[in-house]
Amino acid sequence: MPGVTLRNIAKQFGTTPVLRGVSLTVEEGEFLAILGPSGCGKSTLLRIIAGLETADGGEVFIGDRQVDHLPAKARDLAMVFQSYALYPYMTVAENIALPLQMRRLSSLQRLPFIGALLPGTRSLRQQVARDVNAVATPLGLEGLLGRKPAQLSGGQRQRVALARAMVRHPAAFLMDEPLSNLDARLRADARAEIISLTRRLGVTTLYVTHDQSEAMAMADRVAVMEGGILLQLAPPQALYDDPQNLAVARFVGSPPINIWPVEVTDRGDMTCCGHRLPFRARSSQGSAQLGLRAENLDIHRDGIPAQIVRLERLGMETLVHCHINGLAGTTILRLAPGAAEQFSGFESIRLLPKKAILFDLQGNRLPIIESARIDA
Amino acid sequence: MVSRLSLLLRHAVLIAGASVMLAPFILMVSISLKPPGEVFAPQFSLLPQQWYVAENYTAAFTRVPLARFILNGFFVTFCIFLMQALTALPMAYALAKLRFRGRETCFALVVLALLIPPQVPAIPLYIALWQLDLLNTYAGIILPSTISVFGIFMMRQFFRTVPNDLIAAARMDGLGEFAIVWRIMLPTALPALAAFACLSFIWNWNEFFWPFLIVQDEALMTPPLGIAFFSNAEAGTAFGPLMAAATAVTAPLVLAFLFAQRAFIQGVTMSGIK
Repeated sequence: MPGVTLRNIAKQFGTTPVLRGVSLTVEEGEFLAILGPSGCGKSTLLRIIAGLETADGGEVFIGDRQVDHLPAKARDLAMVFQSYALYPYMTVAENIALPLQMRRLSSLQRLPFIGALLPGTRSLRQQVARDVNAVATPLGLEGLLGRKPAQLSGGQRQRVALARAMVRHPAAFLMDEPLSNLDARLRADARAEIISLTRRLGVTTLYVTHDQSEAMAMADRVAVMEGGILLQLAPPQALYDDPQNLAVARFVGSPPINIWPVEVTDRGDMTCCGHRLPFRARSSQGSAQLGLRAENLDIHRDGIPAQIVRLERLGMETLVHCHINGLAGTTILRLAPGAAEQFSGFESIRLLPKKAILFDLQGNRLPIIESARIDA
Repeated sequence: MVSRLSLLLRHAVLIAGASVMLAPFILMVSISLKPPGEVFAPQFSLLPQQWYVAENYTAAFTRVPLARFILNGFFVTFCIFLMQALTALPMAYALAKLRFRGRETCFALVVLALLIPPQVPAIPLYIALWQLDLLNTYAGIILPSTISVFGIFMMRQFFRTVPNDLIAAARMDGLGEFAIVWRIMLPTALPALAAFACLSFIWNWNEFFWPFLIVQDEALMTPPLGIAFFSNAEAGTAFGPLMAAATAVTAPLVLAFLFAQRAFIQGVTMSGIK
């Protein structure tokens, strides 16, 4: 299974740049998610890899074969679309068989009536039918082969789209938000199904999504894009713990990361709203932004005073929404349910950060911060 | 109460309009059933006192080769529609879904061509066919109608509603652009194509002007031409057989329309399911 390499892909629609030099490598057999808000260029990138769009600049390699000038059908890739894009008047079996027919049968053999008379057509068609069955059965589609897409549920359509992509064993899978038309429960099932399928086939997969939890849950590595630029490419945990960019930090994780504006003195001491924080910046001074995950805030008598706005009880955990004087928006704190109930009567608490990530005002990660406990 | 009144009123208006439209046809059928003596009888009745059906229709089919005219009509309209579909579908696909320089200009030309009455290019076409020695042939009747700008326009409008993902999926599945037209676009467009087929059939079946210019040979005449020829040949006296011929020539149109209605409804429900 070859990997996919992109070098400096650029694209603009009219005068609007959509991709500004994106380079990335998908390893052989890797499941790579491309994550970003809508309009970040992620779908365009996928369509350029597929050969459905042409890039204005840059190179696409599949394995070590450069494919920029090849049409979509010569690239040996399969794609699953958000709308599934099933052929509405063909049965499920015909939908899945079409990519095989196009590759295995000559154009004469595909003709209606005449094709059936040519030598070899019958055995080829039987082979196609066997392969269709072999793909459809593990997906639970064997009873639906005679139906039309309009007679299927969303989840079934989605599996037909997967089967159609799998049936010819492509060099790589391209998936463009394949789950966003499903309801929440089906989505969880389909997620598991796609993961187990791609693992079993060991096929290189590029998966475009705007849903960070989907990307984090499914992918070996996640490429975060914004404004046509690749912000960071890393495994999910690294993305969460060690974002290189404020946009990445904001995009990844639920509840979203808390951002506190901080002042850094020339000695590197850090204050927020006049309160001293237990961190030191190594080099910078002036204003900066401090990113705090909800689980990295403690309730501590040395902390910053905050008022509890509301509790969001999620069962396994409780999110405590707090307001800090002088800060816009709320700060969210993640607590075990028992620990949170104990505070439910309190009007105000004190929040002490124990771990944080520092960014400058442009959102770039600042090199290293030292954690220095303030002595009481 | 008000809605019931308005419903009644609406139907009254529709019935009045319909009877104005239908009156000539009813008269035509009525006369085709009557003996010559009753056609100009002072007291008018829809049904004849003396039925004269067999005589009128036999006369229509024997005095002139009416069956031949009708067959000619089917042959010519079928060939024209086939050629129109073969040319309009790829062109409509290109105009609706492919991106190329000059696409908008091409489409503007198509719309412009819709405005040109068919009589305008008649003389150049006639001269061209004369030079090709195709006057007084089937080819001469068919060739000038093989490209229908209306067909291109109509199919283009329909193709624009086909989702782009479907075409992208077809390209990924290994289909070339022509394969996409015939295997993906054509089946999705069948209801629209059926509607166009009916319109094309009706227009070309009724076409009088062009066959009249091209055809002198009785064996090549299309139904409207045949009827005109009939009325001349019979000096316009035998109204019964003439109306019988007219009824026979109109019947396929009525059938085509009934078929079209079904196709239209089917098309609507098909797109409704999604």
